[in-house]
Amino acid sequence: MHAFATILGDDKAVLQPDHRPWPRYQVDEAAWIRAAHAMRNGVCTLVGYWGEAKQVHLALATASYDALCVLSLACPEGHFPSIALVHLPAARLERTIADLFHLRARGAADLRPWLDHGRWAAGVGAAPAGSAYAFLPVEGESLHQIPVGPVHAGIIEPGHFRFTACGETVVRLEERLGYVHKGIERLMAGASLAKAARLAGRISGDSTVAYAIAFAGAIEAATATRVPPRAQWLRGLMAELERIANHLGDIGAICNDAAFSVMLAHCGLLREQVLRAAEACFGHRLMMDRVVPGGVATDLTDAGAVHIEALIGEIRRCLPPLISLYDNAASLQDRTVGTGFLRPELATRFGCGGVVGRASGRAIDVRRRPSYPPYDQLAFDVPVLMQGDVNARVWIRIREVECSLALMTQMLRRLPAGPLATTIAAGDNAGSPQEGMALVEGFRGDILVWVRLNPDGSIDRCHPRDPSWFQWPLLETVIDGNIVADFPLCNKSFNCSYSGHDL
Amino acid sequence: MDAGSCNGCELEIHALNNIVYDLERFGLRFVASPRHADVLLVTGPVTVNMREALQRTYDATPAPKWVVAVGDCALDGGVFAGSYAVVGGVAKVVPVDLHIPGCPPTPQQLLSGLLALLQTTS
Repeated sequence: MHAFATILGDDKAVLQPDHRPWPRYQVDEAAWIRAAHAMRNGVCTLVGYWGEAKQVHLALATASYDALCVLSLACPEGHFPSIALVHLPAARLERTIADLFHLRARGAADLRPWLDHGRWAAGVGAAPAGSAYAFLPVEGESLHQIPVGPVHAGIIEPGHFRFTACGETVVRLEERLGYVHKGIERLMAGASLAKAARLAGRISGDSTVAYAIAFAGAIEAATATRVPPRAQWLRGLMAELERIANHLGDIGAICNDAAFSVMLAHCGLLREQVLRAAEACFGHRLMMDRVVPGGVATDLTDAGAVHIEALIGEIRRCLPPLISLYDNAASLQDRTVGTGFLRPELATRFGCGGVVGRASGRAIDVRRRPSYPPYDQLAFDVPVLMQGDVNARVWIRIREVECSLALMTQMLRRLPAGPLATTIAAGDNAGSPQEGMALVEGFRGDILVWVRLNPDGSIDRCHPRDPSWFQWPLLETVIDGNIVADFPLCNKSFNCSYSGHDL
Repeated sequence: MDAGSCNGCELEIHALNNIVYDLERFGLRFVASPRHADVLLVTGPVTVNMREALQRTYDATPAPKWVVAVGDCALDGGVFAGSYAVVGGVAKVVPVDLHIPGCPPTPQQLLSGLLALLQTTS
């Protein structure tokens, strides 16, 4: 039976042609509401939710990610039934749809603007200019508030955290984001493929490779482009280098927030070696603009392969003593074990991907399922823990570094020969517009990119969805009952993206 | 401070603190508040939503002070120029003493820029 048959119901759902690789259906409000309940009941997972002029789209996956689909609902009157009313993880996405497309979610409990701070030019956003943001009221004896940000005391991205504490204990955290909203979706509309690809690579600089692969993947799906195998495998190599660099940086930074700076020093050096290898092999430390629609822009030379082999050996040599240093430092364990507990059922309900989800029992990695080349031809583990604390999030990162090293070794051994890129055959579709979607596992979790092309091959609409959308709300819950001084540990162990979220 | 960057510049600014680049050996270090700062390192195209925060951070920094705009976006908005949500460069909000180009600039480029600033101001 069709995975989404219960949601789609009778014959009112209309399959849209030229949406690849997963189907898109134009549905009515009844099916839309059935989808909300399917997500609430855990039958489906919310993987994307975005708007455009007079229309909203919902991307769904089955609980195991073996099937996906997109549901689209026309809203000619400017409103649609709220999903968040039934399934809370949709709330901030709905507020964003109101901010950017002036479409109202009927029945939603929280109508406050989200990305829109009332500062954009008239007519762009929906928030009234100059109005103060209404933080949720907190009442009770002996409570005090600590406002933090948007400018922080470290070299991190801007956002605002409103803590309510009782003594040292946090009783509520409310996040306010949107400070780094750059209007990327509107910049992409009408942009050439080359310009849009550069933008996609700068949605979140730490995930530039993963975003570039997701963007390219969506374009290639839309245009039914067959990417040369060598390009797919080089993309995999770059993606794993990026994952290792970020995980090493995070492991060190989490320990540093527990005042254990020697781990940061060691991990920082290893991270630097990864970035230098990336520069030597692919010509850019973060590998920006190396993945392009149709393939890759840089080949890996024999000398480059030797360089990466040496890097793998070096990390394999240096990592075990660091792991034992982490695991045997009682003062460090005292800070990370039991801190910032994320309940597994919340991780599942929010479709929380990446390290954060896998440290709370959610065994989802889109490299495994629905999968994409080259991972569909490779053997690898997906480490999962149930503990859900800062310590578990450190351990998942450690295990994933090891898995990535094993993956890179396989990729280097089996790297196919052949061309690096093929031309994108856009616009040769006489009928309906070409649409595509891709789901790629970045170091933070699954990145979704959805595109619709214009007949001339430029972008009509592109929606990139960062994994942080389903992680940020959970950070608010894990700090409950922890002390203020443990917030940096909780925050760093999540390491959500501000830029990727604010878009 | 990050005024709307993609976080790419921050990664490389972070690298200045690793044991390879070891920023502190040059007598430079990152501080936790603009009240303690002599130099503001500003990244990003300056989003409309960060414009006031940038202005207030600049105002909070005691004089004499210097502003270093880091990265291609910080010059003129870079790939984000022209957006309704972007002011388009640090100099549109606060006076800039030095611009270090790059997307993102490498730690070496950042170091060269900062050392050049030290030489011209001392």
